Amino acid sequence: MATAAPAFAPLAREEHEALIEVSGLERTFMVGDEPLTVLRGIDFTIPRGAYVAIIGPSGSGKSTLMYQLGCLDTPSAGTVRLAGYDVGSLDDAELAALRNRFIGFVFQAFNLLPRTTAVDNVALPLRYAGVGLRERRRRAREALGRVALSHREDHTPERLSGGERQRVAIARAIVTEPALLLCDEPTGNLDQKVGREIVELFERLNDELGVTVIIVTHDPSLARRVRRVIKLVDGRLVHDGPPTADL
Amino acid sequence: MLDHILSALQALTANKVRSALTMLGVIIGVLAVTLLVSVGDGARAYIDKTLSGIGTNLLIVQPGRRETRGLGGPPTGNISRPLTMDDVTALKRQGTLLRDVSPIVAGGGAIRFENRQRDSTVFGVGAGFGDLRNMHVDVGSFIREEDLTARRRVAVVGRTVAKALFGNDSPLGRTVRISDGRFRIVGILEKKGTSLGFDLDDLVFIPATTASDLFHQDFLSQILTAARNKAEVQQAILQIEEILARRRNGENEVTVQSQDDLIGVLGTVTSAMTAALLAIASVSLLVGGIGIMNIMLVSVRERTREIGVRRALGATRHDILLQFLIEALVLATVGGLIGLGIGGGLIAAVNSAAPDVPLKLSPWIATIAFGASFAVGIASGVVPARRAAELDPVDALRYE
Ligand SMILES: Nc1ncnc2c1ncn2[C@@H]1O[C@H](COP(=O)(O)OP(=O)(O)OP(=O)(O)O)[C@@H](O)[C@H]1O
Ligand SMILES: [Mg+2]
Repeated sequence: MATAAPAFAPLAREEHEALIEVSGLERTFMVGDEPLTVLRGIDFTIPRGAYVAIIGPSGSGKSTLMYQLGCLDTPSAGTVRLAGYDVGSLDDAELAALRNRFIGFVFQAFNLLPRTTAVDNVALPLRYAGVGLRERRRRAREALGRVALSHREDHTPERLSGGERQRVAIARAIVTEPALLLCDEPTGNLDQKVGREIVELFERLNDELGVTVIIVTHDPSLARRVRRVIKLVDGRLVHDGPPTADL
Repeated sequence: MLDHILSALQALTANKVRSALTMLGVIIGVLAVTLLVSVGDGARAYIDKTLSGIGTNLLIVQPGRRETRGLGGPPTGNISRPLTMDDVTALKRQGTLLRDVSPIVAGGGAIRFENRQRDSTVFGVGAGFGDLRNMHVDVGSFIREEDLTARRRVAVVGRTVAKALFGNDSPLGRTVRISDGRFRIVGILEKKGTSLGFDLDDLVFIPATTASDLFHQDFLSQILTAARNKAEVQQAILQIEEILARRRNGENEVTVQSQDDLIGVLGTVTSAMTAALLAIASVSLLVGGIGIMNIMLVSVRERTREIGVRRALGATRHDILLQFLIEALVLATVGGLIGLGIGGGLIAAVNSAAPDVPLKLSPWIATIAFGASFAVGIASGVVPARRAAELDPVDALRYE
């Protein structure tokens, strides 16, 4: 009874050159009776295989933008296109299928299911893709291998270190072989050394698998390692290009 | 589907203590349903069995016309003519559909032997009474026809009476005093035990004619008879009414009840009792259901973040709805099965330890109990599951 994936259009679409096209994006929340505009007209395009950091002060709308790119939320105005699909025009089941198929999420708080083994955590997205139990486990082990955690397959999150937990979360994000990894402050809960290892893991995945990686971060040293930085201030895009010294 | 059940089990075993406590409500509810309804059902079976055991196709003739429909007795009941030995004779002669006919004169009294005494029920009966009521003597003989015609002072006593007056000595041939008459004991009844609360061994039978003399009452309490076979019960009733009406200027002044009427009346009583017990037990099941709903609501709140993560990983609203619904359903049905198991075990234990206690687990009770726990699961899961499904994924992810 897993969600039937909507009939996604043929290859031509998947090969759509730009993975993400954002134009005139606005997002307004109602806080009580007051409208609060958090994203105020944002435009950018991200090609397949890119490696991008999104930075900006706290409250500037980075997470809100990420939810838009992740098809968890839809624009108040403007459009977000993912692999050619106009996110604003899809219904709940279609958005769910799009997330399941194209996107892997990595959160600051790891967000693993408690008291559930690493394999079962990693296998979870495959359940919503309608993959059978055996195949799910097999692919979950494979993904855990990619993050060098094969020896922790049957551990529950409670018995893993912070860095290991985040690696399990990354394995969960890549197990469906998504085109896009969306990471919201993935190193925020980790110390510097472990954070560095996680970043290197993202770089390798980007390199080896060609997966598009977008990382929201506060960490200037991380931002300096990427080729492209998008900076938000107060809901507006103030910088889009290679990292600069004043970031 | 199996996937959903497996992951529900996983979620529930992840929080064993809470799941167990939640199930407790349903376990107790189903246990209550099972036990209480088994008590009602057992009582019915017991009454059926007992009433079938007192004889076959019995018919009881009582003085006075009583309409079975409507409430209260009609006034004719008071002014009708009593039943007499002549009625018995007429029924014996003309009752072609009747197996046997026995007068009954009910009385009571102290039975004394030397300085010992017992208060028992004394019945004046006819020779046919023993066969009609399946009450036979072990030793000696039952009241005979000539005892009635000669108005003899003879008595047949039950085991309890015999024991009370004579201990381990044989009472046969001894003389006892009943009221102010002296009676010779001619027979001892075989042991019957208690039935519907009556000690069937605490009885004394004397000839009906003698009883009339003794109690200074020349009419009968009842006439006991029986149809020759089951198919003729209704015709036999009509025949009795006809014969007795002919002796009363054509007026029908008696009421004839069949054994089946009696079973039917008590059957409706026990059915009502079973229904009442079921209603009481349902309340506890309802409470169990509310318990599940509460815990599920708490669980949805606590797992808000998890719901957001699942949505991010590709779960639809429908997936989330099913997940929580199935968790509630698994809690309820597993609780139901445990309750049923405990109930069945207890009943089996009681049945083997005390075979006399009327307690019976019939399949329909088990089916109802399980079905009810399933329904409780659905009912208590819907609200929490819908709440979970309606959560906005971003709000769920931002939830602290
Ligand atoms: N659902 C919502 N309802 C109301 N206000 C919201 C909602 N989501 C976000 N906001 C507001 O929008 C602004 C931007 O939030 P957002 O989480 O995108 O910031 P951020 O850049 O990720 O900040 P941080 O670096 O602290 O994570 C904040 O002021 C926040 O309170
Ligand atoms: Mg944020």
